[in-house]
Amino acid sequence: MERVAIIGVGQSEFGELWDRGFRDIVLSAGVEAIEDAGLEGKEIEAMYVGNMSGGRYLDQEHIAALIADYSGLAELNVPSTRVEGADASGGLALRQAYLAVASGVHDIVIAAGAEKVTDVGSEMTTDIMASSADREWEGFVGATLPALYALIARMHFIRYDTTPEDLAMVSVKNHRNGALNPKAQFRREIKVEDVMRSPFVADPLRLLDCAPLSDGAAAVIIANERVARQLTDSPVYITACTQASDYLALQNRKDITTMEAVRKASELAYKTAKMTPRDIDVVEVHDSFTIAEILAYEDLGFVEKGKGATLIREGITELDGELPVNTSGGLKSCGHAVGATGIRQAVEITYQLRGKAGKRQVDAETGLSLNIGGTGATAVVTIFEVR
Amino acid sequence: MLPRFWRKIKYRYDIVGSECESCGSKFYPPRNLCPVCRRRSRIKEIDFGERGTVVSYTVVYDSPDEFKLQKPYVVALIKLDDGPLITSQVVCDPDRVEVGMRVVKAFRKYFEEGDAGIIYYGTKFVPE
Amino acid sequence: MKSGIASYGTYIPRFRIRVEEIARVWGENPQNVKGGLGVYQKSVPDLDEDTATISVEAAREAIARAGINPLEIGAIFVGSESHPYAVKPTATVVGDAIGAGNNFHAADFEFACKAGTAGIQACMGMVKSGMIKYGLAIGSDTSQSAPGDPLEYSASAGGAAFIIGSDNLIAEIEATSSFTSDTPDFWRREGQPYPSHGGRFTGIPAYFRHVTSAAKELMENLGYRPSDFDYAVFHQPNGKFPVRVARILGFTDEQIKQGLVVRYVGNTYSGSSILGLSAILDVAKPGDRILLVSFGSGAGSDAFSIVVTENIEEFPRKPSVWDKINSGVHVDYSTYLKLRKKIKLR
Repeated sequence: MERVAIIGVGQSEFGELWDRGFRDIVLSAGVEAIEDAGLEGKEIEAMYVGNMSGGRYLDQEHIAALIADYSGLAELNVPSTRVEGADASGGLALRQAYLAVASGVHDIVIAAGAEKVTDVGSEMTTDIMASSADREWEGFVGATLPALYALIARMHFIRYDTTPEDLAMVSVKNHRNGALNPKAQFRREIKVEDVMRSPFVADPLRLLDCAPLSDGAAAVIIANERVARQLTDSPVYITACTQASDYLALQNRKDITTMEAVRKASELAYKTAKMTPRDIDVVEVHDSFTIAEILAYEDLGFVEKGKGATLIREGITELDGELPVNTSGGLKSCGHAVGATGIRQAVEITYQLRGKAGKRQVDAETGLSLNIGGTGATAVVTIFEVR
Repeated sequence: MLPRFWRKIKYRYDIVGSECESCGSKFYPPRNLCPVCRRRSRIKEIDFGERGTVVSYTVVYDSPDEFKLQKPYVVALIKLDDGPLITSQVVCDPDRVEVGMRVVKAFRKYFEEGDAGIIYYGTKFVPE
Repeated sequence: MKSGIASYGTYIPRFRIRVEEIARVWGENPQNVKGGLGVYQKSVPDLDEDTATISVEAAREAIARAGINPLEIGAIFVGSESHPYAVKPTATVVGDAIGAGNNFHAADFEFACKAGTAGIQACMGMVKSGMIKYGLAIGSDTSQSAPGDPLEYSASAGGAAFIIGSDNLIAEIEATSSFTSDTPDFWRREGQPYPSHGGRFTGIPAYFRHVTSAAKELMENLGYRPSDFDYAVFHQPNGKFPVRVARILGFTDEQIKQGLVVRYVGNTYSGSSILGLSAILDVAKPGDRILLVSFGSGAGSDAFSIVVTENIEEFPRKPSVWDKINSGVHVDYSTYLKLRKKIKLR
């Protein structure tokens, strides 16, 4: 097995990018990553793309070919693959890229994630996101994605005394961090009262508990250690990239307040990286809904099940806390560009580990990212190190 | 009607799921294969009765088109007396629903494909 | 072979609207309305209810009460003037929803408010001839009324289901007669959302002529007088017609009181007379004789003489129709408009 490193990163701004089409957005992320890696582009041996639903957002399938074409890689006949795992598509692309290099088959590959959601109306968007859950048995009865997370939240409240204010604090923290991130969609701070006054989407989740769906793209260039050392002084190593699945419909999970896929993937990741949760310095989690961040604290092993709220209450996951979580602003503030999110998370960790995170810089030599599909049926956990 | 909905009428008009005779696990929605036993599965159909208890719920304010007229509506996770968990709507005043509430099944319309299309019926729940 | 009622079930949606509330909006005096129509409130279906869901709930209750194996139901007839589809029978939805298998005769009936009783007659014939063991006849409706029209005070929603058989009957149907003619008292053309009616023409030439004719013919054939009946129940488009026809025929207020549900539930159209019958069966004793006469505009009446058997004592009759009528939730007129989809959306 080869040691794998990230040698270049790039990201478009995330948001409602009315003036920019899908091809345009993807390209800007890819070009930035290639330049960041000091490459010309012809060195890329394979491309892995995460995109949840080109078919419904754009009536376009064969997205991998489209991106290969417009990025110039099709001119070189480079193999290009799209992977899909709802909003974990980016994480899946990252993992496929990692495996391609770790196995020794390729030396340099690119992993990208991209989504263009604003070319369809918001009702269509909501419906497309509902397809990340069980369409026939959850969607049919009117259980939207926020509704499913709301079921989780209420259960967590009842069992563990987590409160709506705890969730609001997660949103406030992520906005505070996002205000320092030039590429975040929402760069203004909010207060707990703002969250608590925002209208319900699916009680108990309010508008400001839910990450917005956005246009955006991100890309990382991944290489083996030998190539990385030739090209850069600051490789960021991926010492583990694991993935796990769980039952699709919430009603079939063993316990809806625990994401088994996250637990299993992270346990294996720590084992592979020879680390424990205590060894992690900075984290990016999948706060598609605030409750998901609380669950992540627990299921990633940072705190025992049920005690997730204590981390936010005690400020432990703030930028200046012991374990900063979502220094980028998370999905809530950056915007959730669905298939791009998993890669954007890797970009943020890379900035942090390189010391290039600007005003939101924290002291970190190790990082972890968690990308989730739907209500937790897919989870990808990646551990990064500078050592 | 979309064939994939027609195929499952029996499992929606009543709460019919699967039981694996090898391990005794119960599943709703129905399955062809027991995920616990896999190749050793011996699946049979089973009716999970009509009663249950609400274990979690949400009131949906932001809804898809089909349910626009009915919002806010209640979606709940219900533990069936004779079976596993089911996600369904509970028809009642949203202020009235609470965890632990006893509910009983009701035959209701879920949605229609517009004014000229097929009507989809299924099982919802009402307070007992 | 004899035939009769092996079981019955009913369903009334839970919302109600009072006459006062409707009158308020249209600037009418509620006392006049109540005095003129004899209706005080009516039932209103929820957005996710229709004739099919009401029929299924009523049928399920009937089956559960008698512990009948649905696979033994040989025919299903649903009578309504508000079937969800103009083409695709409600009876098929009911069949799948009660687990009747595939081997049963089925059709939807249409004859204004007497479609349900027509279904009962059809089942009687099939049972008596030995074609089927049990027949399921349902009368249910969620009829619409034009905003501001007097019908708005009474057109309501509800249904009753009867399982007709020849054994283990809770009530035997001694005989049935019908009186039919081409009389245009109340109608709705294909594609029209709301019905039209002939005003006062709906009285003597329509309702009264057919109800009294069918009743008299039945009683003559059986050699009965009104005093031979313990109860009488007639189609109830409002609280006045059934009271008047009862007097015309010689029945007392006492005899019709139990079955007179229209004042508090409105006119459930195909469910109307049979919901009244169900309310009577809820309290009837073995040996009681009941006269049931339905009326359907267009026009026709079905009359039945029904005698309650010993088996009714063991038969589970709770919750009763009156229990259901009295356990409603009142809504205001704007909610009513939304529930009845009378608000024009894009």
